[in-house]
Amino acid sequence: MFISSQNPPPSFKDFTLVLPAVAVGNVGQLAVDLIVSTLNMSRAGYIHTDCLIPMTGNNPYATCKKDAEELHTPAEVYTAAELKMAVLQIRAPIIQTKLKKFRQLLVSWIKASGFSRTVVLSSSHAYQRDDQQLKGTPLRYLVTPSLLKVSAVALEELGWREMERVPAFPGLTDANTDPRLYVPGGGITKGLYEDSCAEDLPLAVLLLFCSEGDNIPDAFTLVNHLNDWLHLLDTPSQKPNKWKIPTSWSLLFGSGIPPALF
Amino acid sequence: MATFFGEVLSVYSRAVEEDDEELDENEEDEEIHRELEEKREVHLHWSPEVTESLKSGNKLQCSDFILAVGDNAARFLSVYIPTSENWDAVGHASVWNERSRAVTSEESACVFHRHKNNPSVLICRATCYIAEDQLFQWTEKVFDCLQHRQLNVTVLSDSSVAEYKTADYLCSSSAPFLRSLHTAAYRDRPVCQSLEQPNIITGLPAAVLNHCEVHSIATVVYQCYSDVTGPDSVTMETFKPALTKLGKLIQLDPSPSTDVLRKFVRATNIQSNLYI
Repeated sequence: MFISSQNPPPSFKDFTLVLPAVAVGNVGQLAVDLIVSTLNMSRAGYIHTDCLIPMTGNNPYATCKKDAEELHTPAEVYTAAELKMAVLQIRAPIIQTKLKKFRQLLVSWIKASGFSRTVVLSSSHAYQRDDQQLKGTPLRYLVTPSLLKVSAVALEELGWREMERVPAFPGLTDANTDPRLYVPGGGITKGLYEDSCAEDLPLAVLLLFCSEGDNIPDAFTLVNHLNDWLHLLDTPSQKPNKWKIPTSWSLLFGSGIPPALF
Repeated sequence: MATFFGEVLSVYSRAVEEDDEELDENEEDEEIHRELEEKREVHLHWSPEVTESLKSGNKLQCSDFILAVGDNAARFLSVYIPTSENWDAVGHASVWNERSRAVTSEESACVFHRHKNNPSVLICRATCYIAEDQLFQWTEKVFDCLQHRQLNVTVLSDSSVAEYKTADYLCSSSAPFLRSLHTAAYRDRPVCQSLEQPNIITGLPAAVLNHCEVHSIATVVYQCYSDVTGPDSVTMETFKPALTKLGKLIQLDPSPSTDVLRKFVRATNIQSNLYI
């Protein structure tokens, strides 16, 4: 359930929504962090639900001591009104038995809020690619029919590669089984995409094949890829790395090491 | 997970299981799932008097709610606020999950106590394991019974120092120490330093903070980072500053003797003295 932290509650009419799928290497979540901290977006409210594992901490995007002490919750909505952009950051894993409920909650909130389009940033296990997927770029996209109607030209110009359907039983030729969409390690990605197709929501999925480890480079790849389409930052390719890394990314690999070690 | 050097670590993998394809569940499976779900529900059992007033729409009048989560925090409360004399047990919360195997003693339940002279002070010691999917429900149900106006919530919680991240190396002498987190509605100054990014809090304290942030309830969590796994008196002492403000509301035992503290530390010591 969305609970506004602003008074009056914000209107998301005709906004573009970007949200991550909690997936391999947390690439989508890291990419969303980059967007929020770079665009200096302000918090519009919370998604308060029992589908997420509770967690909390101080401001992950703190820039000075003043704004550091500000509580943040597992799922929050940020906006940049001048860009007509909203972002939903999800910071906690979804409880296994409540995946379906969470998807339904998202779809009904997206519908009720009147977003013009939704972009899901996601990732998938690199080791489960088939032969055709191994070639070329690791980036893929998926669009629902209702978004394809309005964005077909833009997507054609970008020259992106669509996520391939894979045979249900590789190596076996069975005329009765259609190739299927398979996003291993993608969390709710596939379910959310299929729900959106059924509900006629304009939604796109941008995903990256990756493995777990240091996924910061993957997050930059994905967010730059998104930027090619949405133009959140002006031509970041000329000056590499204009994205601002938030303070919460420090110590991703643990605490400092004992000085006596050397 | 095996690392580069081959040692096997029990790390929580960030990889996400695939969204289960909607398997064709037969009716029996569905029923088993439904029954399990029902069994995992959190139940609150209030005393007849409280049940009556809740039924008639009057929520529990509460100005201060003190929740202790974990062994050290709970035992600290037991020592400084001995619930035997001036406190009435008004109810308890019971949960069933994979770790609650036939433990139904009073100690394992979260019992709510109300002060006899000042009934608006409510305390609860939660030492039982509450599973991830039950935390949200526990919080919703408990706070549903409390009146929100002018409510102050204080949560004391235990954590391992291994979960604390800092750029400087933590030498062993620095633990145990206290960190705080508070909601936007909390206007006081916490008695200790705020929890620094990138540290986060999980579990019941996080569930309570989330609920209170969203519903604008003044709440502070004091998290104690300790390097001792079991309950010990030094760690318990660390919580002491957190109770200074409460001293005005209720009579606290100012300096309990070390004997009392020791009594509460007993069991774990016996088990850890493997070679004696």
